[in-house]
Amino acid sequence: MIVLDAIDRALLRALVAEADRPASVLGRMLGLSQPATWRRIRRLEAAGVIAGRRLRLDAARLGLGVTVFLGVKLAAKGRASLEDFERAVTSIREVQTVEHVLGLYDYRLRVVARDLADFERVLRRRIMTLPGVGTLEANVLLSEERLPGPI
Amino acid sequence: MLDDADRHLLRLLQADPTLAAPDLAARAGLTPGRVARRLDRLRAEGIVQGQEAVIGWRALGFEVAVSLRITLDKTQPRAFDEFLAAARGVPEVIEIQTFLGRVDVRLSLVARDLRHYQEIYRDRILTLPHLADIEALMTVATVKSDEALPL
Repeated sequence: MIVLDAIDRALLRALVAEADRPASVLGRMLGLSQPATWRRIRRLEAAGVIAGRRLRLDAARLGLGVTVFLGVKLAAKGRASLEDFERAVTSIREVQTVEHVLGLYDYRLRVVARDLADFERVLRRRIMTLPGVGTLEANVLLSEERLPGPI
Repeated sequence: MLDDADRHLLRLLQADPTLAAPDLAARAGLTPGRVARRLDRLRAEGIVQGQEAVIGWRALGFEVAVSLRITLDKTQPRAFDEFLAAARGVPEVIEIQTFLGRVDVRLSLVARDLRHYQEIYRDRILTLPHLADIEALMTVATVKSDEALPL
């Protein structure tokens, strides 16, 4: 497992906050040269500590005003039904994330829609018709914040 | 208002936020100058807010991811504010969401292993103010996580 020093941690926090700053700018913040900063970023990427980069878009300004989290319990279980469900659910454009979970539900989905009427359309036409779907619970997202976590 | 070329650019950038300007221009079928002007406008309008690094918690030795669904004691008028302020102080919490529905708040947290999770749960979560009910969902697998918006 990779061991991080204090500079790696500061660099990671800076990249989580804003990933598209050039290595020279990050280096100045951290007291490193541009090549040294670049080598540290490469090392974090190679180790999988930086798993990827995500574009931050304002969904509401793009006309997608509603985000709903859906807990899904499958009616019939078995390897085939999980695979069928996963294949079908990941192809729905409005479904942003799919997590297989242990607990009250089998899957947790993050769904975006233009408004509640549009969400209802997605729910009825695309999600309730998925193979094996049993019960559903919907919670409408009001606010969301991401924290840097234990780094 | 967005036109088709804007949407195409955003789709390309969502799929790969690290695309260099010349590659992006070539794929979008636009000149680099036009791409730069469009991106400047999308940033100025607040549609593109930047990009963030996504941390691979497994690579840092955090093997356990848990989603805690929390109901608060709403007879206390300051329940939400006080709960959220305290939850922000738990280092292992990486996401805080509030909802309209059966669940009031959801916390995402990471832990090294089940023993570590148990410690956090007992010492830091169960001691949060105004808890009425709590349910845990443990993430078994992330099936889809790109969080791409349907544009």
